[in-house]
Amino acid sequence: MYLGKDMKNFSGNVLFLDRDDINTDEIIPAKYLTENTKEALAPYLLEDMEMEEFDPAIDIAASQAIVTRSNFGCGSSREHAPWALEVNGINLVIAESFARIFRQNMYNCGMLAVEIDKATLDRLVTRFAGLGTTVETDFESSLFTFASGDIEEVVPFSISGYDRELIHAGGWVNYADSRY
Amino acid sequence: MGKTIAEKIFDAHKVDNPSGDIRVIQLDAVFCHEITTPIAINDLVKRGKDRVFDPDKIKVVIDHVSPAKDSKTAVQGKILREWARRHNIRDFFDIGRNGVCHALFPEKGFVRPGYTVIMGDSHTCTHGAFGAFAAGVGTTDLEVGILKGVCAFHYPKTMRIDIRGTLQQGVYAKDVILFVIGTIGVNGAAGRVVEFTGPTVKQMNMAARMTLCNMAIEAGGTSGICHPDETTVKYLWPFIKNTYADKASALASFQSLISDPDASYDQVVEIDVSDLTPRTTRGFKPDNVVAVEKMEGQAVDQVYIGSCTNGRIEDLRTAAAVLKGNTISEKVRAIVSPATPHIFQQALDEGLIKIFMDAGFCVTNPTCGACLGMSNGVLAEGEICAATTNRNFNGRMGKGGMIHLMSPATAAATAIAGHITNSSLFTN
Repeated sequence: MYLGKDMKNFSGNVLFLDRDDINTDEIIPAKYLTENTKEALAPYLLEDMEMEEFDPAIDIAASQAIVTRSNFGCGSSREHAPWALEVNGINLVIAESFARIFRQNMYNCGMLAVEIDKATLDRLVTRFAGLGTTVETDFESSLFTFASGDIEEVVPFSISGYDRELIHAGGWVNYADSRY
Repeated sequence: MGKTIAEKIFDAHKVDNPSGDIRVIQLDAVFCHEITTPIAINDLVKRGKDRVFDPDKIKVVIDHVSPAKDSKTAVQGKILREWARRHNIRDFFDIGRNGVCHALFPEKGFVRPGYTVIMGDSHTCTHGAFGAFAAGVGTTDLEVGILKGVCAFHYPKTMRIDIRGTLQQGVYAKDVILFVIGTIGVNGAAGRVVEFTGPTVKQMNMAARMTLCNMAIEAGGTSGICHPDETTVKYLWPFIKNTYADKASALASFQSLISDPDASYDQVVEIDVSDLTPRTTRGFKPDNVVAVEKMEGQAVDQVYIGSCTNGRIEDLRTAAAVLKGNTISEKVRAIVSPATPHIFQQALDEGLIKIFMDAGFCVTNPTCGACLGMSNGVLAEGEICAATTNRNFNGRMGKGGMIHLMSPATAAATAIAGHITNSSLFTN
């Protein structure tokens, strides 16, 4: 039905945000919700988030994927949160769990939000956090390959057929418009 | 096997089952405000699909920053206003007639038992108080809702919270929901509908039920939901009197929606509130809930009474009863924002506005404003606010500010004392 021509890039450098409950006010503060374009949000991603060894000015520009903990994206429904990621070239977030609205907003934008179990996350953080790490995403085979120097780890993932279709369609507007 | 109220609503609105437990459902109402809607409108225009599925099912308000505070917020209002006009959306509320969406739309009778409602606003769960499935969504879901009148959700799993016990004097629905969130955690209801049942809920008026459902999202819930009953019918009667022969037949119709006795729940939590004392929060997460007495003496810079959680007339009456004959501490500034013009008018007629002003409160027009740090009471770095709002996130009311969530009674007492304190000190 869809050839995936609108599919986004899900590979690149990984930014580890090793904390639970990162909320959408932290991802993009409300004062920037007065912008009427996604692009205008770019400089403000994670601006107020306080975390040791995290400097948004340096860490975001170099990253194309985020690995984080549980309940990522809780709070406000603002789609400005995934947009702020998207306009910074970050289309992939891997977490132990997501808040419902944020997760849906990601797929609705054709972006990838993938849950992986805590044990695997613990291992990834232990092995890779703090190093320059990349993730290569094989979307059709559902495999992430994390790599840093000589270390490499392949992590299989699972998403529903419906979520997969949204990614192929490039988001919910394209999907819904062709069906309803 | 019986069904929950949320399952019944989903089954009655099913459009498609594209895969697994995903249901595409028909929407009875799509609510829009000026922060999350303009980008959807712009995208529809860009796609050449500047249409609406049904102008009478779309309700529009400018509420988050009202009046506009700068050119950017003026543009957001302009986009929404022009869009509502060109699509003949009759229920559009501009300044003067506008109010905080989750207080205004119930007041207008736009939510009915059994309805499906979405809005680009996480506190849309408030409307579940009427026995509706009401969910906050992002702008893309809103865009498809506007265009097609549908939205996709997982078939609902429900967490039932049974609340029993008579609330002590000075303890309110806000204290109950803070206690619930403190018990189950910010992730405690994730991905599930939160059904509030039990004798305590049955005793609550619609304002109190809205306060409960409003904060379901702070525990990760998709929608709050209460069983429609006599209280619901009484509230809605002016809007439904031409639809039903009498209140009894309206009640009979609504009660066919309520959860069956043998419905299956994902989880049931039982809470006894008989001994509950007033609650507040500390830190930056809404589940970090403590007894007010634990925070007794914590100085505050600002007190804020308002928002979709606690800006209704019942809340203003409660706060005014505490404030009457008192003045606020010289160490604090205090703001009250009645949530709608109707509430403002009622507060004027009942003499509440005079009580607030005599006490030293600033009375502002209805707007979401300060609750999310956009206008009308933003905090400076290092400042502390006692607020009747719903989120104490870091930076929520202004970068570097700290928020303590509480009931209107506790907030009023705190304004008088200049530090967090229990309202019982100021009431008989």
